[in-house]
Amino acid sequence: MLIAVASLTVLGLALGSLLGLAARYLAVEENPLEAELQALLPGSQCGQCGFVGCAQAAAALARNEAAPTLCPPGGRAVAEAIAARLGIKIDLAAVRDDGPQLAFVAEDICTGCCRCSKVCPTDAIIGAAKQIHNVIREACTGCGACVDRCPTEAMGMVPVPVTLPHWIWPRPATV
Amino acid sequence: MRLIERFFKEPRWGVHPDDHKRPAADVPLRMLPQPARVHMPLQQHVGGAARPVVLVGQKVLKGQLLAQSQGNISAPIHASVSGTVTAIAEVTAPHPSGLGFAAITIESDFADRWIDTDPVADPFALAPEEIARRTAAAGVVGLGGATFPAAVKFVLGRRLGVRTLIVNGGECEPYVSSDDRIMRDFPEQVVDGARIIMHAIGADESLVGIEDNKPEAIAAMTKAAAAFPEVKIRPVPARYPMGSDKQLIQTLTGKEVPADARAAEVGVLVHNVSTCAAVHKAIRLGQPLVERIVTINGAAVTAPGNLFAPLGTLVDELLAFCGLAQAPARLILGGPMMGTLLRHGRVPLVKGASGILAFDAVEAAVPEVGPCIRCGSCTRACPMGLLPLEMAAHIRSGDLDGAVGYSLSDCISCGCCAYVCPSHIPLVQYFSHAKGELSARERAKLRTEAGKRLAEARLARLERDAREKAEVAARRKAERAAVKARVPAPQPQPQEAST
Amino acid sequence: MTRPVEMPVAAPYAATPNSVSRVMIIVMVALTPATLFGFWLYGWPAIYLWMITVGAAAGGEALCLQLRGRAVAPVLLDGSAVLTGWLLALSLPPWAPWWIGVFGGLFATVLGKQVFGGLGQNLFNPAMVARVALLISFPVHMTAWVAPLPIVAAAAPGPIAGLLITLKGMQPAFDAVASASLLGFAKTELSRGIDLAQSLLHAPIQGWYGSRAGSLGETATWLIAAGGVAMIFLRTITWHIPLAMLLGIAVPAAILNAIDPARYMEASTHLLSGGAMLGAFFIATDYVTSPNTRRGQLVFGAGCGVLTYVIRTWAGYPEGVAFAVLLMNSLTPVIDSYIRPRIYGRNRQGVALEPGR
Repeated sequence: MLIAVASLTVLGLALGSLLGLAARYLAVEENPLEAELQALLPGSQCGQCGFVGCAQAAAALARNEAAPTLCPPGGRAVAEAIAARLGIKIDLAAVRDDGPQLAFVAEDICTGCCRCSKVCPTDAIIGAAKQIHNVIREACTGCGACVDRCPTEAMGMVPVPVTLPHWIWPRPATV
Repeated sequence: MRLIERFFKEPRWGVHPDDHKRPAADVPLRMLPQPARVHMPLQQHVGGAARPVVLVGQKVLKGQLLAQSQGNISAPIHASVSGTVTAIAEVTAPHPSGLGFAAITIESDFADRWIDTDPVADPFALAPEEIARRTAAAGVVGLGGATFPAAVKFVLGRRLGVRTLIVNGGECEPYVSSDDRIMRDFPEQVVDGARIIMHAIGADESLVGIEDNKPEAIAAMTKAAAAFPEVKIRPVPARYPMGSDKQLIQTLTGKEVPADARAAEVGVLVHNVSTCAAVHKAIRLGQPLVERIVTINGAAVTAPGNLFAPLGTLVDELLAFCGLAQAPARLILGGPMMGTLLRHGRVPLVKGASGILAFDAVEAAVPEVGPCIRCGSCTRACPMGLLPLEMAAHIRSGDLDGAVGYSLSDCISCGCCAYVCPSHIPLVQYFSHAKGELSARERAKLRTEAGKRLAEARLARLERDAREKAEVAARRKAERAAVKARVPAPQPQPQEAST
Repeated sequence: MTRPVEMPVAAPYAATPNSVSRVMIIVMVALTPATLFGFWLYGWPAIYLWMITVGAAAGGEALCLQLRGRAVAPVLLDGSAVLTGWLLALSLPPWAPWWIGVFGGLFATVLGKQVFGGLGQNLFNPAMVARVALLISFPVHMTAWVAPLPIVAAAAPGPIAGLLITLKGMQPAFDAVASASLLGFAKTELSRGIDLAQSLLHAPIQGWYGSRAGSLGETATWLIAAGGVAMIFLRTITWHIPLAMLLGIAVPAAILNAIDPARYMEASTHLLSGGAMLGAFFIATDYVTSPNTRRGQLVFGAGCGVLTYVIRTWAGYPEGVAFAVLLMNSLTPVIDSYIRPRIYGRNRQGVALEPGR
């Protein structure tokens, strides 16, 4: 009987210390899921999802407090990627996807009030006070935050124009 | 030429479509009369578009530089007629989308006046770097259709120590015979150009691969190369796509170009026969690339044949010269297997256009698409050893990464798989779509990363602004406090003067 | 630039004259001599059964297409449902009652093909799925073989009598015709302890040109093989699966027969009996359910052959082709994922080659 007690004790001590070592040295620092989800999001911190920034949105997604379709500028591609990562099924047809869009300024209406340039998350709008503003297309992420801010409704969104080098063959119709 | 060298086993890959080359290939070469107007596109090559160096209203001579190359991989554009520049604007590109690209329009003065050219009597006395420089300045690009700037390949070939130049006289596409014609009518130009290229890259021998459905071309080239033992004529079995450089290299030398590597890394360099003739003209005669031989063929053409035409001529004019029996049901630039669909004929002739095909309703008929029956014909036909049915199945269900797992990037889009499919599935369109979507995804990823960097930069800027404001405010406060400390507080008596 | 409106068609702008219907027609033409010979040998009931089976298969496909909301005519005209019914009919007992044909034909197209998504989507060979379902559900009817009785013989049933046999089952007037197939006979005798040396002396008559009891596709072995070889020359099928399957049957048979001729039948007997030839040339070579690569097809064919021999010799059923083909069908995706062609510029593992000079 003594041997039984002794062996079980030794076993318990050994396995317990292994677990303790593992908890110390193999512990996962943070939830890597959040970082992965944040990488999938556009990162322009536009706030259209209702969260303060993309990091908060990723945290909410990781905690399952937000739907994968929360990002309008990301469109179908981002919704699909997030749903795939979380293993959730979503109805892609319900996701509004107008395609990549860019903001533009109607120059004859712009008054130069600078309200739009203050709110652009990537500083894509150039223009000083009382000067006509304009959008740097390479920097615009299409988040749409500027459109609501403009008091004279001079801002709008247009689809990204298709150019010859970026034209893609359409997928053949399924039989 | 020994019989043993002539014997090649019929390859298992590829397809053997109906030729349709004759009678167009046998008709003697015709010169197109001077067009009234030409449109010279700024992008007729792989790489950066050329930048215009002429102004609207400027008078130009034939062969004059219109646009210079931009960057390492680029080519200049020269005027194909003498006349006046009337516009630098967008014209419809020879592209299935119907989108446009920039071109320089020249109204011809019908004088056909050349610039002062700089011919070279003995190209073999020139340094190889000089040959490359002159070839680049002449705007010579791969005329087989790939349009890669030739001079870049010379430099690469010399740097990697290429010993064998392969001259591609395959012309495996049905209907097209422009290379056949140039080999029959100007074989000495081709051979001379090949020898100049050999000198430029430091090669010891040149193997000229010609498909055996061109016996007249083989005979003419053999005669022209008789005096030069280093230029060897090698007939190859006629099988599409024998003219693809990977397949031609394997057939002629037995070597296989490793995936994602260039042909030069196995010691060979491939150039088309028309490119060799263009190099001959560029170096010996000092003439830049401004015209080419193009095959006009198809059942809708009354008098099909080969035309020698200036670049920039509208396709409509070429077709009108050969005569159209009816409105074409389909217009193709190139051959039927890999050619470019044209929506209409108001597109200019570009450097890479080896043929213009005007199909009638019978030739243009698109068969009904059926489901994949997994017969495996596509797998047997694929010259690269891929599994087209698996790639298409994955792309059809939206799994592009699965298709990449089946080596989608190794696909050369030759069209053999779609040709043999009994269900007539448009396999190449699936692959082109997938490749385009994957490129777009890469671009979107780069754009997102750039957006993230810009957003971070903005946050840093705001932080900096706030910090600087706080510093300025603190400094001002300190100054005011210092001022207050030195000066006593102002007394309520009005006669007290403050400093 | 205005956005282009219509969707462009991509290259290539040339196509092969081959089509799915053409492939099906070639296979049907290759089957015709054997089928006609089978009609000659087994008479009117066989003809009716063939018609009913093919009709049920086509009907099942039409029904499913209607339910799916697809156009019926273009799909039926590609000939694949008719061919499935034809192959099934060739593997049934020729005097089987009509409901065997109806049930089998419907099972083949509806559950063997359409529920998977139609042509090209099924995992298992539809004809074999139906045959196995019938065999397991109605073992008595599916093993009621008859001896051949040429259609013009006096003892053979005429058109009306034949129709009665098909509709109502075996008639007493023709009881004498009932027989066992060679494989069934040999297995039964072995299980009773009588070895081959003795039992084969009393075996059902085996004419080498095919007048043996069995299914329609079994008797005309040489005609089936001729049809198969014709298809190989026409490039409709390749030689890999048929040769591998026949060798897969013949090699173990020859080895075991040399070791113990009393228990194991000769290789030639195995090859000429049962559905071996039909299976090798027409069943196992089905495009949809066999591997895509040549090496994969060799593995597939060999597996079919060896499994057929194993089932025939040691398992509970006298005929193993259907089960063997179905088992190898289930392995086809595995074969396809491991055996892939070598890509130009890469080695067998898919890694890019080293540039050699």
